[in-house]
Amino acid sequence: MNNLQSLSYYLPELILTTVIISGIIYDLFIAKEESYKVGFVLLVGLLVVAIAIFFQNNEVTSLFTSSVVHDPFSRFFKLIIILTTIFVSVVSLKSGELKSYRKGEYFTLLGIIVFGLFLMVSAIDLIILYMSIEIVSIMSFVLAGYLKKSTRSNEAALKYVVYGGFSSGIMLFGLSYIFGLTGTTNYFKIYDALSVMPAESNTAIIISIIMVLAGFGYKISAVPFHFWTPDVYEGSPTTITAFLSVAPKAGAFAMMIRFFNQALADGGAMNGLDYTSTTEIPWAAILSILAIITMSLGNIVAIQQDSIKRMLAYSSIAHAGYMLLAMPAMSGDSIYAIMIYLVMYLFMNLGAFFIVILVKNKTGGESFDDYKGLGWEMPIVGAFMTLFMVSLTGLPPTAGFVGKFYIFASLIKEGDAFYYLVFIGGINSVVSLYYYLRVVRVMYFSGVRQDVITKPGTIMGTMLFLTALPTLILGIYWVPLTTWVENSLKFFIQTL
Amino acid sequence: MEYILSYLVFLPIIGMGVIAFIPRDKSDLIRIVAAVTTGLQFALTLVLWNSFDNSVGTMQFMEKAEWIPSLNISYILGVDGLSLPMVILTGLLFFLGVFVSWSIEKAVKGYYALFLLLNAGVMGVFLSLDFFLFYVFWEVMLLPMYFLIGMWGGPQREYAAIKFFLYTLFGSVLMLIGVLGLYFTCGQTFDILELQRVAPEALNGVLWWGVSAIKVIWVLLFIGFAIKVPVFPFHTWLPLAHVEAPTAISVLLAGILLKLGVYGILRVNYGLMPDGVYWFSGALAFLGLINVVWGGLCALAQTDLKKLVAYSSVNHMGYSLIGMAAVVAAGEANGSNHAAAQAGLAGAVFQMFNHGTISAMLFILVGVIYDRAHHREIEGFGGLASQMPVYTAITAIAFFAGLGLPGLSGFVSEAMCFIGAFPVYKGIVIASTIGILLNAAYFLWAFQRVFFGKLNEKYTKLPEINNRELFTVIPLLLITLFFGIYPAPYIDMISSTMDVIINHVVSLSSLASM
Repeated sequence: MNNLQSLSYYLPELILTTVIISGIIYDLFIAKEESYKVGFVLLVGLLVVAIAIFFQNNEVTSLFTSSVVHDPFSRFFKLIIILTTIFVSVVSLKSGELKSYRKGEYFTLLGIIVFGLFLMVSAIDLIILYMSIEIVSIMSFVLAGYLKKSTRSNEAALKYVVYGGFSSGIMLFGLSYIFGLTGTTNYFKIYDALSVMPAESNTAIIISIIMVLAGFGYKISAVPFHFWTPDVYEGSPTTITAFLSVAPKAGAFAMMIRFFNQALADGGAMNGLDYTSTTEIPWAAILSILAIITMSLGNIVAIQQDSIKRMLAYSSIAHAGYMLLAMPAMSGDSIYAIMIYLVMYLFMNLGAFFIVILVKNKTGGESFDDYKGLGWEMPIVGAFMTLFMVSLTGLPPTAGFVGKFYIFASLIKEGDAFYYLVFIGGINSVVSLYYYLRVVRVMYFSGVRQDVITKPGTIMGTMLFLTALPTLILGIYWVPLTTWVENSLKFFIQTL
Repeated sequence: MEYILSYLVFLPIIGMGVIAFIPRDKSDLIRIVAAVTTGLQFALTLVLWNSFDNSVGTMQFMEKAEWIPSLNISYILGVDGLSLPMVILTGLLFFLGVFVSWSIEKAVKGYYALFLLLNAGVMGVFLSLDFFLFYVFWEVMLLPMYFLIGMWGGPQREYAAIKFFLYTLFGSVLMLIGVLGLYFTCGQTFDILELQRVAPEALNGVLWWGVSAIKVIWVLLFIGFAIKVPVFPFHTWLPLAHVEAPTAISVLLAGILLKLGVYGILRVNYGLMPDGVYWFSGALAFLGLINVVWGGLCALAQTDLKKLVAYSSVNHMGYSLIGMAAVVAAGEANGSNHAAAQAGLAGAVFQMFNHGTISAMLFILVGVIYDRAHHREIEGFGGLASQMPVYTAITAIAFFAGLGLPGLSGFVSEAMCFIGAFPVYKGIVIASTIGILLNAAYFLWAFQRVFFGKLNEKYTKLPEINNRELFTVIPLLLITLFFGIYPAPYIDMISSTMDVIINHVVSLSSLASM
């Protein structure tokens, strides 16, 4: 479809751009104390964008001369990203860390990241792919360092820049290999070219794909590309940490699924079929190894953390590992499982981070000691935190269990080839129980009954409730979610 | 009557909801709500028993509803002769448990809310006939148990609680893998009854890494259940959890939660993998022997009265395992000895129930002395017989029941286990008589040290067992006496179902005739 025709499908993005620009302009005319109002502009704008996406037609097509797509799969991820951003923006209004800073840029930068993520989930061209990663990364660098008076935050931003630049450099190099091998940047043409490639070029393809994986791995913080994660997560404003742990991960998974399925396989997974690899490349094995080391390292290192924020950073690495676990099978079911897992993960992980924000607002600390007796002081918050921790561990009847259940089921369905992955994943859940329950232990087992009970404020309380309720309900009845995911499992496939 | 099983499962949840709205300072009201809820539940189990048809061996009072159609998950409940006694025991022990824990003053609201959640989980496991539902209830029990041990337990409670949780979760994960394996090899259903029909056929000849899928799934599920039983070498969480848990929770842990393991093996492993039964029964009997002897030896070495009772659980569950292994006697290869299989299996199920009542009694009695003396060192007492005559008499009966004295229920079931297993596993049965000897030795020796000899000066003012405590022990005592003399009502209740299980295993196993 040519550029002019494409614009009518691009309405949500156009609205988003308008919102971002009006946010910037509005910010020029208001005082620092009132700069939080830009947040309202973003919130209203995002709601309009969400409505626009929701009411878009179900057509499956490519836009802008085959560089991005318009399909239910990308719309699913766009909605997830907007939901995350809305949650984070509302909580940002109440964050104590951000109190003394001007918030105008904060919200406009968040809006730009959302735009980058929209590109990420719909790219079918290497150039757009790289560009979207850069848009998201550069805005994230700034947001990670938003607390300019805090050394930690500065350190986080700097580390993020160095690692980000390094990884995307490697990725770009890998992409140039692919371009050199195939002579094209379009996924479908790459697939065509690769499928007739002689076996001698396998080494070159493997090297280029591992390099590309460095870029993907950095975005989903998979080991060994995770080194930035703990420091950046710890130093950034917690609202941004919460955002980074969910939205870019969702975007990167969408991007990865599309890349592996369409550029390297015949796209059979989109029709619910098993994939057929184009070449002899053992990338199922490569992805398995990546998944195993990611979740194992995430879980084992999380045990030793003293800061809950840092613990959650490692836990988010582990969760990326669980989602990666489904990638090697690369069937329709495994993509389905990843999509369900992401929704579950969104609620439980954001909820956990919101409690970190709440406690930080109150006590100013993030270590386990700051949570001592929290269950007695703030019974509601304690109960919610317990729910989130149980859900992150993956115990029924919570959302986390359902997510893991789908991941494991998609692997076992493939026969005995992937049993070992499920086994390792299961053992990892048991390990993770130890550190998640440590939070519960600190909250309840130390500390005594308080005479005065503190309640969270209205806005924070509502946000906690809105994350906790799905965490529980989706663990008991999740049919609406499966229906949505089933309807979203439609990809654009170009027949050349 | 139509939804009686759902009421049984969700009544505690309703009670929990009510407790959530009671101000936390009204401790007595909370206790009363818990007592009423569990009392109602116990009454319902008796109603269920009353309208239960003993002559039917299959499921009764079935309820079925769709839950997650895309995965073929349903909400199915049902009760048969295997689960009914456990359901009644659950109702009884939770009801008594409320009174056992009446003296708890710390965070009463949280305690009883978790107590009722645990109740719902246990009831759900015994009644659910959909594997997914079963698994959900199985896991729902863990968190309340963690809190109940970790918050209201003894000095090492945090360690005990996390160890219990990690052990059980490890088992559950293996179980989940086994369940998923079954699901995908047997036509994508979680319906246990459907799986019982399909699985023996569907699993036949399926190989994973060159090993029969039946063996793989059997072992995965068995370890999951064995940790709960607990079967040696997975028992190490048990003494710790028992000792640290508050009295009522020890009672429930020994009385009901351990039974979940045996129940799971009988319901799932026996029902779904008859070939596996034949393949594994020798090992099962041998593990039973180890449990009997090892549990006995460990109990003998304990200085802590509660730990002694805890190890006696390991010892007693061993008899159950030996009895279960006797099912293979009914096969052609072992001379089609149906009577032995019946005796063994019924003995195993009866032993579950008897151990439930006897160990509950023992833990309550240990709790009584602990509340007064604030320690449980066996050597720290002596001569209590003169100080607390009523308590001594009751403890004597409980200890005798524990060591399997004829005339008390423990004897009947242990004898049945041995009678059933003898034709097939002569060596193991003979060897496990050492366990009986040890069993008698540790109980009698402990009794002698606590109750006879010179009265310890410190305890001349020790008050006698009070009425509340008597109320919790007497019903269990009467059950033990009654079934010791007249076990027929119990055997009648379960025998049809035992026949169904035996026939199912023998007729569907290709190994039965070899």
